[in-house]
Amino acid sequence: MWRDLLVRLLGVRRPARHACAGTLAPRRARAGPPKIAVREVGHRFQEFVALADVSIDVHAGEFVCLVGPSGCGKTTLLYALAGHIAPTGGRITIDGLEVKGPSPDRLLVFQEPALFPWLTVRQNLVFALRARHLPREQADDRARAFVSLVQLDGFEDALPHQLSGGMRMRVQLARALAVDPAVLLMDEPFGALDAQTRSAMHQLLQRIWLRDRKTVVFVTHDVREALVLGDRVVVMADRPGRVLHDLDVRLPRPRDPDDQQLVELSRWIRAELNQSGPETETRSGAQPPGAEGEDDARAHERGGPPRGISPDVGASR
Amino acid sequence: MKGAVLLAGSLLTWELLARFGPWPRWLFPGPGAVLASLVALAGDGRLGAAVLRSLGRLAQGYALSAAIGVPLGVAMGRSAWLRAALRPAVVGLQALPSICWLPLAILWFGLSEAAILFVVLMGSLLAIAIATEDAVAGVDPILLRAAGTLGIRGSRFHLGVLLPAALPGILTGLKLGWSFAWRALMAGELLFVSGGLGQLLQTGRELLDPALVMAVMLAIVAIGTAVDRALFRTLELRVRRRWGLLEAT
Repeated sequence: MWRDLLVRLLGVRRPARHACAGTLAPRRARAGPPKIAVREVGHRFQEFVALADVSIDVHAGEFVCLVGPSGCGKTTLLYALAGHIAPTGGRITIDGLEVKGPSPDRLLVFQEPALFPWLTVRQNLVFALRARHLPREQADDRARAFVSLVQLDGFEDALPHQLSGGMRMRVQLARALAVDPAVLLMDEPFGALDAQTRSAMHQLLQRIWLRDRKTVVFVTHDVREALVLGDRVVVMADRPGRVLHDLDVRLPRPRDPDDQQLVELSRWIRAELNQSGPETETRSGAQPPGAEGEDDARAHERGGPPRGISPDVGASR
Repeated sequence: MKGAVLLAGSLLTWELLARFGPWPRWLFPGPGAVLASLVALAGDGRLGAAVLRSLGRLAQGYALSAAIGVPLGVAMGRSAWLRAALRPAVVGLQALPSICWLPLAILWFGLSEAAILFVVLMGSLLAIAIATEDAVAGVDPILLRAAGTLGIRGSRFHLGVLLPAALPGILTGLKLGWSFAWRALMAGELLFVSGGLGQLLQTGRELLDPALVMAVMLAIVAIGTAVDRALFRTLELRVRRRWGLLEAT
């Protein structure tokens, strides 16, 4: 409790001095032109300011997590990157080219599985690949390879509605990866999964990312998820949607969500979020000391979204 | 078993009513007389010829209205401009019983096959277009977004995403359109004599032969039910099962 208090009193604006020393640092500038450049982007829905002057650079091969409460504009920003909405202000460029409309070069992975329900698992992949002008045989081979990558061998001919929520999500991931986009944009893709499935998906995604090093922008409201996956965590606050911190995460991979350092970092970030937001519920502050020693499930639950937003555990449509 | 008993019971009641009812027997024949009439019709080939004639017309008119109605509905479902322009007219005309098109059809096309095809077309086209429009407008937006982000465009999008996604709703429209087309055809054939089952009904009236009339009515019901059950119900069930809209049993 004392340490917690200390972190909250002293450490709030200076993560480098405390528990987070060396593992979470303000983002260092990287050399070379960025892959994705977001410049002073703002977006309004009538009177509501969803995004105010957001500027973020993402370099090729980075795994960036946008984390923040609902309404902080992280999903709006992601959809703007994907080209599904045009922001009302600012500029977004990818490889120097302005984003105009959706493109399979920046593939969006949705919170829902978004599979074509009349196509089997294999056909879902093949259909997407054929739209990329791949000859039928190559598309077949590639589909098989990526279904196998997400460990769904034997389910190639199943229809989406015959699969569980986690499996459908894996199919969507496989379809996205098979298309081989330069940039992968992920919108809380594991938000609707139960804790165990989600953790398995984290392992899978980390493994694939370590192999392919794609540029990933990953939106989540789960701080711990962001720390497990991201090279970099962009902490956003709401009203108006803005960037609070842009942090490099220097933890060895593969990461364990119950690693003590990671738990400390997530606690610190959540404290930051609680302070910044208009509401001041202090869930993390009420934790007893030594919370790390608890069983996985409960620790994971507490490590969930800030401010009492409960993840839809087990909701798989 | 239960169904068979009930059927036998109602047939018996019908026969008893025909025999002992207060009305003249020749005006209200029993099931036996109707069956005999049906057998006679089938035997001398008149029924077969009439059924072929009617179904041939139906196939032409219906195929035409599906070929126009589905693309029209898709266009209306996808373009707000087109919907605003056409929807009031389409919905308004849908309220018009299709046989009301017959006088106009005769003026335009004369007493020809084209006139009756036109009535069938107008009877089912609008229902198909409206149902297709609803189905297309109701496609899960996440699928459209997914298609967008995967770069699926043009005919691949329309034939590979939009139509399949709307297919359950379109099938419902096609089924409804079929039953409207069938009704329109019968009404048309009754009023405007040129072969087919409708004319056979009319013949029964002219010959003062209610058994013949009832036999033809029976045939019309049987064909309508058969197409509905055998074709549309099966198709709909298969699509719904594949699309995951139905729990597989």
